[in-house]
Amino acid sequence: MKVSGMAARSLDAFARMSIGRAFASGVGMVAGGFLVLLVLVAVFAPWIAPFDYADQNLMNANAAPAWPHLLGTDEFGRDVLSRVIYGARTSLSVSATAIGISMAAGMTLGAAAGYFGGMFERVVMTVVDLTWSFPDILLALIFVAILGPGLTSTTFAIAIAYLAQFTRLTRAQIVRLKRETFIEATINLGAKPSHILLKHLMPNAIAPVIVVGILAIGDGIVLEATLGFFGLGAQPPTPSWGAMMSSGTAQLFLSPWVIIFPGVAVAVTVIAVNLFGDELIRALDIRDRLRGA
Amino acid sequence: MILRYTLQRLMMLIPVSFAISVVIFMIVYLLPGDPIDNLLRVGSSAEDRAALIARYGLDRPLLVQYFVWVGNMFQGEFGEAIVLRRPVADLVVQNLPYSLTLGGLAFLFSSIVGMALGAISAVVRNPVLDRFVRGFILLGSTVPGFWLALLLILFFSVNLGWFPVSGAGGWKALVLPVLTIGFGGVALVARVTRVALLDAGREDFVTLLHAKGLSSGTILFRHLMPHALLPVVTILALRIGWILGGAVTVEFVFGRPGLGSLLIRSLGQRDYPVVQACLLMLALAVMLGTLIGDVAQASMDPRIREKKS
Repeated sequence: MKVSGMAARSLDAFARMSIGRAFASGVGMVAGGFLVLLVLVAVFAPWIAPFDYADQNLMNANAAPAWPHLLGTDEFGRDVLSRVIYGARTSLSVSATAIGISMAAGMTLGAAAGYFGGMFERVVMTVVDLTWSFPDILLALIFVAILGPGLTSTTFAIAIAYLAQFTRLTRAQIVRLKRETFIEATINLGAKPSHILLKHLMPNAIAPVIVVGILAIGDGIVLEATLGFFGLGAQPPTPSWGAMMSSGTAQLFLSPWVIIFPGVAVAVTVIAVNLFGDELIRALDIRDRLRGA
Repeated sequence: MILRYTLQRLMMLIPVSFAISVVIFMIVYLLPGDPIDNLLRVGSSAEDRAALIARYGLDRPLLVQYFVWVGNMFQGEFGEAIVLRRPVADLVVQNLPYSLTLGGLAFLFSSIVGMALGAISAVVRNPVLDRFVRGFILLGSTVPGFWLALLLILFFSVNLGWFPVSGAGGWKALVLPVLTIGFGGVALVARVTRVALLDAGREDFVTLLHAKGLSSGTILFRHLMPHALLPVVTILALRIGWILGGAVTVEFVFGRPGLGSLLIRSLGQRDYPVVQACLLMLALAVMLGTLIGDVAQASMDPRIREKKS
C-alpha cells in the first residue's frame, strides 16, 4: 500500500464526512463560504483588483474612500482595495505554507515520539514543552532575529511557533490509539511498525490534527500580520495586510482607512476560520480528543 | 510540602533555561555577515584582524564562548549596544519598569474585570448576556492586538481626545495600552469563571447551604468563589505569557518605552546584543510567570502536588 494513496484515501473520507457536515449548519456555511470566496479572490487577484497594487499616484495620495478608489488610497496614492485583495494572497499563502510545514513536521515528530517512546520521546517532548509555554509572537521574534526579516523567515518563524501544538496533539492521539484492541491485534498478526503507523494509526489520528491545522491558519494570519506590522515580514512594495497597516500608522490621522480596512480583512478572515473550525469540531465530534493534548 | 514542590519546579527550569540561552546565544552566530568585518578599518592587515578576533574571544571554541557569555549574563554584563552605543544593562534597567507596570496592570485588569463579568453572567444567566460574552471572547482571541490598539487610538485619542496618542507620561497614557492587552484576557477569564461557578453550584454541598438558610450572596462569595478560583488561577497563569507577548506589540504601537519596544526597534536596527538581552529577559519572565502559576495552583489544590511529586 502506497503511503500517498493511503493518505489520500483517509483525507477523502475526512472531507466527505466532515466538511459537508460543517457546511450544513448556518454559521458553517457563512464562514466556510466566506473562506472559499477569499481563496478565490486571492487566486484571481490580478483579474479582480481594480488597480495594480504598486501603481502610485502622488496627486491622489491619502484620498478618502470614493469612486473609483472604493477603500481610498494610501500615502503613495495606491489603491487600498487592490492592495487588500493582493494582500490576501500574501497572508493566506504565507500562513497556509507555514502551517503546512508545521503540521507535517509536528505529525512526524509526534507520531514517532508516541509510537516508539523511550529516550526519543523524552527528548522530543522536552523540547516541545519548552516552546509550548512561550507566546507565539515571542517564538516568532526569536526566529526572525536568527533568519533576518522577510517573508521566507516569517514563514519558518510561524511554522516553528506552532510546531509544539501539532507534535503534542499527534503524540496524544497515537498514544491513545496504541492501546486499542485492533492495534494490538495488528501487532500480534506480525505487521511491521511502518505498516501499523501509516496504515492504522495515522488515518485514525489525522482528523483532530487537520482541524487544529485549519484553526492554526487563523493564528498564522494574525502572526504574519503582526510581524508585517513590525516591518519584519513582507518588504515593500509587496502588499501584506500587516505591512499595509505598518506604513499606515504614520498617516493615522490623515487617512485612517489605510489601517482600518486591512485590519478588518484580518479580523473577518480569522473569525471565519475560527467559526468554521468550531463547526468542524462539532461535525467530527472530536472536542474530547482535542482536550486530551 | 509546597516548598518541596516549588524547589522541584525550579529544578525543572534549569534544562529549560539552558536550552533557551543556547538558542538566544546562537542568534549572533547564525547571522549572515561577520561582526569583525564591521569593526576593522579599511586596509587593516591580517594580524589586526587576528588581534581583534582574539580580543573578543572569537578564536576560542564555541562552547567556551557560550560559557563566557552566560557567565557575563549572570553578572549583568550584557555588553555594549552597537547602535545606541550604551551598555545594554542600562537600557534593560531603564525599560524594565515600564513593561512591568504595563503587564502587571493588564493582568490585574483582566483578572478583576473578567471574574466580575463571569460571576455576573453565572448569577444572572441571561442568554443575551451569554451571547455577548461569547462574541467578546471570539473577538478578543482573534483580533490582532496592534490593530485593536490603533482603533482605540483613533477613537479615544484622535476623535475624543481623552487619552494621549503615545508616550508614557502619567496614568492617562496607561489606559489604552492596558485595555488593549486586557481585552482578550477579560473575556477568557469571564468564561472560565462562569463555567467554574456553574459547575460548583451543582455540587451537593451548595444544596445543603441553601437548606441551612444561608443567603445567596453568602453562598456565592464565601463558598462558591473559593471553589471556582482554581480553574481561574490556572487560566491566569497561562495568560502571563500572553500578556507579555501582547505587551511587546502594544508598547511598540503606543510608542511606550519598555522591553518590547526596545526589542522590536533593535531587531529593525540589527542591534543584536540588545536583542539577545531583551529576548533573555522576556523568556525569563515567561518562565517565572509559569512557575508562579504552577505553585499557586499547587498550593490551592493538593491533588496537583501529589501527582507531580
